[in-house]
Amino acid sequence: MAGQAEPIIRVRGLRTQFGDQIVHQDLDLDVRQGEILGIVGGSGTGKSVLLRTIIGLNRPTAGRIEVFGQDLANVTAAERLAVEQRWGVLFQDGALFSSLTVAQNIEVPMKEHLDMPVRLRDEIAALKIAMVGLPPEAGSKYPSELSGGMRKRAGLARSLALDPDLIFLDEPTAGLDPVGAANFDQLIKRLQGNLGLTVFMVTHDLDSLNAICDRIAVLAEKRVMVIGSMADMLRHEHPWLREYFHGPRARAARLQQDEVGG
Amino acid sequence: MADGWLNAAAEAGGAVLLQAGGHWDARNVTRLDQLLRGLAPSNGAAVILDLTQVERLDTAGAWLLYRTRREVRARGGRADYTGLTPAHEAMLEQVEANDQPAEIEPPREPALLAMLGRVGDGTVDVMIEARQQVAFLGLLLVTLAGTLRHPGRLRLVPLVYHMEKVGFNALPIVGLISFLIGVVLAYQGATQLQRFGAEIFVVNLVGVSVLREIAILLTAIVVAGRSGSAFTAEIGSMVVNEEVDAMRTLGLDPMEVLVLPRVLALVITLPLLAFFADMMGLFGGMLMCWGTLDISPGLFLERLQGAVSLWSFWVGIIKAPFFAFLIAMVGCLEGLRVTRSAESVGQQTTRSVVTGIFLVIVVDAMFSVFFAAVGV
Repeated sequence: MAGQAEPIIRVRGLRTQFGDQIVHQDLDLDVRQGEILGIVGGSGTGKSVLLRTIIGLNRPTAGRIEVFGQDLANVTAAERLAVEQRWGVLFQDGALFSSLTVAQNIEVPMKEHLDMPVRLRDEIAALKIAMVGLPPEAGSKYPSELSGGMRKRAGLARSLALDPDLIFLDEPTAGLDPVGAANFDQLIKRLQGNLGLTVFMVTHDLDSLNAICDRIAVLAEKRVMVIGSMADMLRHEHPWLREYFHGPRARAARLQQDEVGG
Repeated sequence: MADGWLNAAAEAGGAVLLQAGGHWDARNVTRLDQLLRGLAPSNGAAVILDLTQVERLDTAGAWLLYRTRREVRARGGRADYTGLTPAHEAMLEQVEANDQPAEIEPPREPALLAMLGRVGDGTVDVMIEARQQVAFLGLLLVTLAGTLRHPGRLRLVPLVYHMEKVGFNALPIVGLISFLIGVVLAYQGATQLQRFGAEIFVVNLVGVSVLREIAILLTAIVVAGRSGSAFTAEIGSMVVNEEVDAMRTLGLDPMEVLVLPRVLALVITLPLLAFFADMMGLFGGMLMCWGTLDISPGLFLERLQGAVSLWSFWVGIIKAPFFAFLIAMVGCLEGLRVTRSAESVGQQTTRSVVTGIFLVIVVDAMFSVFFAAVGV
């Protein structure tokens, strides 16, 4: 599937604005099928806003957003629903419905969109629980009884409920300890490989960028300033990029990577 | 959207060949599930699952195939896949590796036991809450006494701010409600008393009921709904945000900073609101008497002087600070009892209003008994 010419997400000339404040201007971005794209940028550069705009939670002021080749501004409600069933979203803290158990959370999209018998639904929910590495007894727990890392895994399982082609992750490793974060990175990488997913990931975590992202897009000056591999980032001369990718934390992350690699 | 399909054919040696094709994905699994259950042999015959023509396979589709193979094998039959592409094989392996049953819901207790459990929980809860209220009352009085000894520690700016919020800003709604109740009382009284030719006693009815009970009780209920809930929500969201913990570590006493200004603001303003409600209620009654009974405002005021004593007025006003104290105390306590989740802010806010109104009515009843005993 990878390497196909048609991008799975195509953003052209995007402009988002809140009152007088312009967040994005003339922003272009392509996400290729089957890749893991990491979005980085300083605080307030509109990384999460970009994610929310692509999935339709914010209305862009101008510009065109195509997902799966469809312009989302000009689709009927039914077409939009069809697109929405092909993507999954993991919000920062999982955004699980607090009145439902983990398994019931995972079943929500299946119940809503597919006319599945209860037994099959339970079987598939159990499968997803295992796929994201949660123990069987986690299925009957309520979100408030779970740790942060488990909530994220459960959120990921819910976003995978309908076997999407594309998933959006908003800071998937934020708030996890380094071990948990590394495990979560590997989980994403493994699922992406096994399920042929395309992953759009907003992150601050240099380790994640290094370990799992195929390409990195840097948001700065209201647009995507650079997009490319980690090696491209390291070669780039822009002061912010130099600071970000050559700073002390970046060196530590790279060092670690070299040790593992060598 | 393409469909998935399934054909069955008999093979040599009694085996069943199931040919799958098309899209085996989440959108089609409901139908494919039924097809598979219908076509898969239940007699232990061998099954060959031919995936040659499958164009798309996701975890849900792979699950159906894997489950069929597992079930046939469990019955002692042979079952195998053929025609796998590497991607399909990887998907089927992925599913097999994650075959693990999970709990969907917590186990349910028998209904009777669950009901008894809820009654018990509720009872214990009420007792815990009552104890906390008494403890909180003590803490509040101690803080108040401390502030009286060192008046400089009283926070004036928050006090005035809360007085504006709970008192001044409540004037329109309290005034409107009292006015309307005055109108309703006069009208209902008039239709009943007219039958006895005793219309003039409407003035007594409106005067006594508004001044002694209605105005203060309605004001207290409106304020409990308006300000008691606001206290809980404000303090509760501060607890969720760890602001209250931050205060403690900075050496600030939440009782002094958060609770006392709110309690004092309400204690000061509720009597004033009650007075305003008295006036608006009487005004409403007076207009209604003038309109329907031809009792002129002059006559109304003259009769009113005869009908109510000064004590009727004081009976209403005296209750106000007590009600205010209860409402504010419950509002603040419920706010501090919020645990660190957004859900609990909502629960405690509901609780604060219900408890506040309940306590106001209980204390009002106690006042009635007391005033009857002392004869005013």
